[in-house]
Amino acid sequence: MAAFLLQYLPIVIMLAIAGVIALALMGAAWLFAPSRPDPEKISAYECGFNAFDDARMKFDVRFYLVSILFIIFDLEVAFLFPWAVSLMHLPHPAQVFAFWSMMGFLGVLTVGFIYEWKKGALEWE
Amino acid sequence: MMPSNLLQIAAPELILAIGALALLVLGAFRGNRSTLLVSILAGLVLIGAAAAAAVAPLGPIFRGGFVSDEVSRFSKVAIYLMSSVALLLGERWLNRLRAGQFEYPVLILLAALGMGMMVSAGDLISLYIGVELQSLALYVLTAFRRDDGKASEAALKYFVLGALSSGILLYGASLIYGFAGSTRFVDIAHAVHTTAAPVVLIGLVFLACGLAFKVSAAPFHMWTPDVYEGAPTPVVAFIAAAPKLAAMVLFARALLEGFPDAIDQWRQVIMTIALISMAVGALAGLVQKNLKRLLAYSSILNIGYALMALSTGTQLGLQAMLVFMVLYMIDSTGAFATLAALSRDGKPMETVGDFAGLSQERPTLAIVLTVLSLSLLGLPPLSGFWGKFYVFKAALAAGQWQIAVFGLVASVPAAFYYLRIIKTMWFDAPAGRTDTPAPDAQAVAVAAGLWSLPLVLVGLAFLDPLAALAARAFGLS
Amino acid sequence: MDLLAIAFYLLALVACVSAFMVVIARNPVHSVLFLILTFFSSAGLFVLLGAEFLAMLLVVVYVGAVAVLFLFVVMMLDVDFGSLRQGFVRYLPAGGVVALVLVVEMSLVAAAIAGKNATLRAPSTNGVSNVEQIGRVLYTDYFYFFQAAGMVLLVAMIGAIVLTLRHKPGVKRQDIAAQTARTEASGLRLTKPATGQGISE
Repeated sequence: MAAFLLQYLPIVIMLAIAGVIALALMGAAWLFAPSRPDPEKISAYECGFNAFDDARMKFDVRFYLVSILFIIFDLEVAFLFPWAVSLMHLPHPAQVFAFWSMMGFLGVLTVGFIYEWKKGALEWE
Repeated sequence: MMPSNLLQIAAPELILAIGALALLVLGAFRGNRSTLLVSILAGLVLIGAAAAAAVAPLGPIFRGGFVSDEVSRFSKVAIYLMSSVALLLGERWLNRLRAGQFEYPVLILLAALGMGMMVSAGDLISLYIGVELQSLALYVLTAFRRDDGKASEAALKYFVLGALSSGILLYGASLIYGFAGSTRFVDIAHAVHTTAAPVVLIGLVFLACGLAFKVSAAPFHMWTPDVYEGAPTPVVAFIAAAPKLAAMVLFARALLEGFPDAIDQWRQVIMTIALISMAVGALAGLVQKNLKRLLAYSSILNIGYALMALSTGTQLGLQAMLVFMVLYMIDSTGAFATLAALSRDGKPMETVGDFAGLSQERPTLAIVLTVLSLSLLGLPPLSGFWGKFYVFKAALAAGQWQIAVFGLVASVPAAFYYLRIIKTMWFDAPAGRTDTPAPDAQAVAVAAGLWSLPLVLVGLAFLDPLAALAARAFGLS
Repeated sequence: MDLLAIAFYLLALVACVSAFMVVIARNPVHSVLFLILTFFSSAGLFVLLGAEFLAMLLVVVYVGAVAVLFLFVVMMLDVDFGSLRQGFVRYLPAGGVVALVLVVEMSLVAAAIAGKNATLRAPSTNGVSNVEQIGRVLYTDYFYFFQAAGMVLLVAMIGAIVLTLRHKPGVKRQDIAAQTARTEASGLRLTKPATGQGISE
């Protein structure tokens, strides 16, 4: 168990170094940088004129559609990892079965992909 | 590894899955012009799946994850046939609103697939995946008219509360798995048989709460009135019928196969839920003005009766539950079909006031709605009466006369709101001209009305032995 | 093993505190950032349990995709943050009761397990990685669930498209098939206009 966790030591070290550097930079800025805010300085700057309205605005729902479709394929890829790792270590009949099992899964998702494509969900107008 | 008749056992679900995929591709290539064609084919797929379910061999496959037995057979036939009725209602209805899309029949097929998986679930994982598949399709169907603010709101409420209940269900399932070391109902029953630790009981309660949400039993009913009010009427007709039966059968299977030895513990939970559902359904329905909301409370009340039958834990109780649910499904679909058929100046008629004097304007539909209301009320010899008759008989046979008396008392306020609809239709001054009723929805409504009065007497002769056979599947006393 | 315990408590503490901060943070963007921190600490906890694959999934799917989508929604949606905070105090009692019930139940579970003197049963690895262990059963023994999960993903895909996709009318698109299928006859018209007259469409 411990030996297995030791494999993660580099990541822990990297996270520690990253944390120290980030904190050091932020701390240094907080300590040394002059900070004399006034209302004009901290107001929104919009190229010389007063800001028209809030920076938040309604976005085209298309952006969400793309990202939701991305998540679905992301999950599909997640199923591929264990398959890729283990397929060659399975005994022969199970290997064939596992191969076609994944092909069936991908087939279902491919049907979904064809649907998406023909519907024009992947096109940007 | 697998039995040789695997393909035959899984045939109904395979037909549905492959049918849904093929129709999706067909629709994608042909566009919305093909909506009618896709709907017809989807109807054929559903009828084919029902036929395959009727003759499918019995036995567990996929290491007990998928169980085919008499209960699943019985409920699958009912569910797939009811889904095809929803298809029939929805296709024309959406078309009239120019909201028809070929995804509607495909989603109905996928929801039916999820329900088939639910009634066949022999494992906590297949329970969850079945529930999710069915629910996801229903959320989308609820929001199918996406430009309708009310429908979007209903779908959002349904989705958020549904996700919460799925979380509760999963939490319970993980506790049960942690205790039993297996997700299969058979193994869980074995582990519970040895020792019923408090952990597994907490898990059981969570699981029951999650499932109670899916059958819209009080106190987990909050989504029901809003969803019924906001969703398109044919979709409500669908949600109110087949998914309820699927969830009730799943409920019965999880409890009777997974926890047969903890019956004393879960019986209390189910009884409490049944009592609260009957009270809420009967009392809250009294103040409703919108007919769809009223029918939502009526469904909560009726789920209370079904849970009462389940709480007996006997073979008679299971049979009563199956008969009751099938009869209720037909009544409720008929009532929603009536609503789908009627409109005034192109707007759907939804408040009770809209129905004033309907008997002069549309006598056929008024008679149908009267018959269905009386049936839901439980007046002999209409179909609703027979459903309740079975339930009360089972409860009394199990010695649970207190809850049976409560059920009878609860039907008194409920009778008031059904009678109010009838009074409005027959004795109030007409509220104005209605549009010509949609022939398809009217046909469904008339069929349900006919079933409710004369046909049920013949139908029951077939339904009774079938349900009795199905109820024997769990090997109960 | 002490290091293990320190790592566990550190990660668990960060997970709990950041989960709490998700709820109470005033700025929804901060909430989402705390949510990401919660995901990361949970991923760390999974690693401590030996469930590497789950940890990776949590980072790839939840941090990489879901949390980014959340950020997207929170930053871009036209949400009135002031009105979002209203009702926090009003719903606090009800939420508190639910939270209390959950805490009591979880401690019951914990007590029951502690009473049984149960120890952490880490999956026996014996040289086979976590990912491979999952892979050995997921596609064969759990074939049914795997395919059913594929159907659930398909429904999600259909749902997303049905509910959000709308085509703007009058947008000109490139249709490559139509372009390449053009022939001389369909794409070209030879006329002989009289001088000073031109041709009309």
